Amino acid sequence: MPQLGRMVAQRLALGLLTLFIVSLIIFLCVELLPGNLAEAILGQAATPETVAAFNRELGLDLPPHERYIAWLINIMQGDFGRSLASQREISELLGSRLQNTLFLAAVAAAIAVPLAVSLGILAALYRESIFDRAVNAVTLTSISVPEFFVAYILIIVLSVNLGWFPSISNINDGLSFWEKVYRTALPAFTLTLVCVAHMMRMTRAAIINLLASPYIEMARLKGLRPGRIILKHALPNALAPIINVVVLNLAYLIVGVVLVEVVFVYPGMGQLLVDSVAKRDIPVVQACSLVFAATYILLNLLADVLSIMSNPRLLHPR
Amino acid sequence: MGGNGNMKRIDQLQQLAQNSKISRRHFMSQATAMGITAAAASTMWSRTVKAAPKRGGKMRFGSGHGSTTDTLDPATYANGGIIHQGYGMRNHLSEVDNDGTLVPELAEGWEASDDATEWVFKLRKGVEFHNGKTMDATDVIDSLNHHRGKESKSAAKPLLAPINELKADGKDKVVFKLAGGSADFPYTVSDYHLAIMPSMGDGKVDWRSGIGTGAYIKDKFEPGVRSTFKRNPNYFKSGRGHFDEVEFLTIGDVVARTNALSTGEIDAMNRCDLKTVHLLKRRKGVRVEEVTGTLHYTIPMHTDVAPFDNNDVRLALKYSLDREVLLKTILRGHGVIGNDHPISTANRYHNSELPQRKYDLDKAKFHLKKAGLTALTVDLSAADAAFVGAVDAAVLYKEQAAKAGININVVREPNDGYWSNVWLKKPWCMVYWGGRPTEDMMFSQSLAQGADWNESHFSNKRFNELLVQARAELDEAKRRGMYEEMQVIVNRDGGTVVPLFANYVFAMSDKIQHDAKMAGNWDMDGDKAIERWWFG
Repeated sequence: MPQLGRMVAQRLALGLLTLFIVSLIIFLCVELLPGNLAEAILGQAATPETVAAFNRELGLDLPPHERYIAWLINIMQGDFGRSLASQREISELLGSRLQNTLFLAAVAAAIAVPLAVSLGILAALYRESIFDRAVNAVTLTSISVPEFFVAYILIIVLSVNLGWFPSISNINDGLSFWEKVYRTALPAFTLTLVCVAHMMRMTRAAIINLLASPYIEMARLKGLRPGRIILKHALPNALAPIINVVVLNLAYLIVGVVLVEVVFVYPGMGQLLVDSVAKRDIPVVQACSLVFAATYILLNLLADVLSIMSNPRLLHPR
Repeated sequence: MGGNGNMKRIDQLQQLAQNSKISRRHFMSQATAMGITAAAASTMWSRTVKAAPKRGGKMRFGSGHGSTTDTLDPATYANGGIIHQGYGMRNHLSEVDNDGTLVPELAEGWEASDDATEWVFKLRKGVEFHNGKTMDATDVIDSLNHHRGKESKSAAKPLLAPINELKADGKDKVVFKLAGGSADFPYTVSDYHLAIMPSMGDGKVDWRSGIGTGAYIKDKFEPGVRSTFKRNPNYFKSGRGHFDEVEFLTIGDVVARTNALSTGEIDAMNRCDLKTVHLLKRRKGVRVEEVTGTLHYTIPMHTDVAPFDNNDVRLALKYSLDREVLLKTILRGHGVIGNDHPISTANRYHNSELPQRKYDLDKAKFHLKKAGLTALTVDLSAADAAFVGAVDAAVLYKEQAAKAGININVVREPNDGYWSNVWLKKPWCMVYWGGRPTEDMMFSQSLAQGADWNESHFSNKRFNELLVQARAELDEAKRRGMYEEMQVIVNRDGGTVVPLFANYVFAMSDKIQHDAKMAGNWDMDGDKAIERWWFG
């Protein structure tokens, strides 16, 4: 499919442009915030001399455009630079955090995606039944309450009262894979509850939408069982919208989980970003934002590619 | 008198028992000889022995402070989390002990010249850093110089400004020559920034490795997330550093912290949620403790800006604040009310004779009238960055002062940049102070004329004279008199409303034991819980 290749290349180029614009906006926004790193770190104890010494050492006394251009040149050479506050390599700082974030997203997705899709299919199959209504009500309720509230409820029931899971996700490199999964369970459950409704309802709607089409009626008239009609005939054609919503939810699982990270003390990217914004550690903020933006761009691209592969007609818009 | 003597002997006896110097039989016979019943002596024995520090175990501490941006450089320590870890890894020349007295730490002792301008610190011999290097005068000098000089970005720079000359006298002596006499100088070097680190030989110190002389050796350091430490087998202090391992977790969310303690994920936590701490107390296996220290809130007015340049206006504002209500609502009773000066009951020279200022609308109106005003409108800047509940406190103040005909306009400021854009800039705002171990440090930094952080632009001639005199005065009684007078001056003439002293409220598993008295200079036993506590 040469057209597909061209599209991917085009989208990647546009993605780079988007990243550049994102970095510019983020830089300007952090610049607009009151105070700078030296003042944020020294806090109440700041004196004009110490702040000046701090700024000189870190090059914060240079005008903003010079700092931005210097940063941009480095980033083009693949160098994220160092954190202003801790002088640690950002790539190293980001590495383990990103890994943790991806791990949590993966565990949550491994539970949420199969659950949502099968619930959606079942709901379509038994639509308007008590089961359908119950699933809808439960998932819509869980998406409607704030995620930190869901998290606290899970903690009080599963951790404080029953003692099945740890209330904080104290994960580190020394742990085995399953130990990590166990300690990640509660945040993963929380995220599952928060994102299942979207995917479930999209699956259900996409399938129901197709059930009215003539070829499904044909299948029904042939005497096929309803389960087979949905799995073999309706689902393949409903894949495009389902893939879209699943991938968007994956993106959310990676970039939108700051609150869950805070509640469960999960050492992911969100907490890093919050700390860095609070201290005006611009290079780290930039790096985090770029990773988040790139996640969105790549996952959106993936969604489009997968949709097109499941439905080649999309390559030829009328 | 006999009773008193007996008390002392029982104390001594308990001390001996605690240090395993005497057997139970000996203890019992001695105690009963002092007229204690056998049953009472028996419980006393078990309590005493249980209280004796034991080595071992892994202590997991959930700290409300800590940030990804923390580093091991003591010059830029920005929160209690890193301060606590710093105290675990490193030592200082002197230390404020758990009962609030200053004791030598890496120094063996010190001597001052008669006018207290020259101080000689004799260093403890044979103390080793974690890497095996023996600590000497060069390490001390380089560690202190780390905070001095033009390129210093240290928050402790102003603290060391009075040092004119700093030099070694042999390997084991350090000589400080000060610009003026300072009787409390040994307190200065106990400041948490002034940790002693190994010198690199070129006048710089190695702060990156975390190597110090402290009770714990750094294992993993992941700022804002988790650090682990192992006990230093060669620690020079006896009776300190009991845990085999320490895991230090940063748990910013207070609910997460409380849950972690309730479910046994951690053994101790700081900064309990005052709204729910009474519920936490009911949880089995958890003990909540609190200490009144030097932490206090201030509401400083710029005394050189109208209308605050009139002392009657200042007094009217001081009288129109109901501190008791603030204590009940903002701190839920976990603190004590302030008396418009920054000296706490935990300080040495607290003036207990000075009458407590009360909410008195008649007096407020009287002073307002004396200032020639019938009504007054003032802006009060507040943000929760000043302290948790600062905005609520400002609104309460507004309501209380309205009854005296004073209209306080509460200006809500952003948390971000509060210390650089609001504090010291706005004529009236909410502030917190961690407090200082000595009257001299507290007054010199927050009220002395010309001090960087003279937040009320206070300039009282008598006060400033007394400050310099008291600093160099080595006679205890005379000093007490001077500091008490200074508290009176600040109370009557100062521009700072001091509404509250806040307690440090923290919680721990009931397996954790500590000395009878805990330090009040910082949270968590002077931020030395990992050095001072143990598993009973």
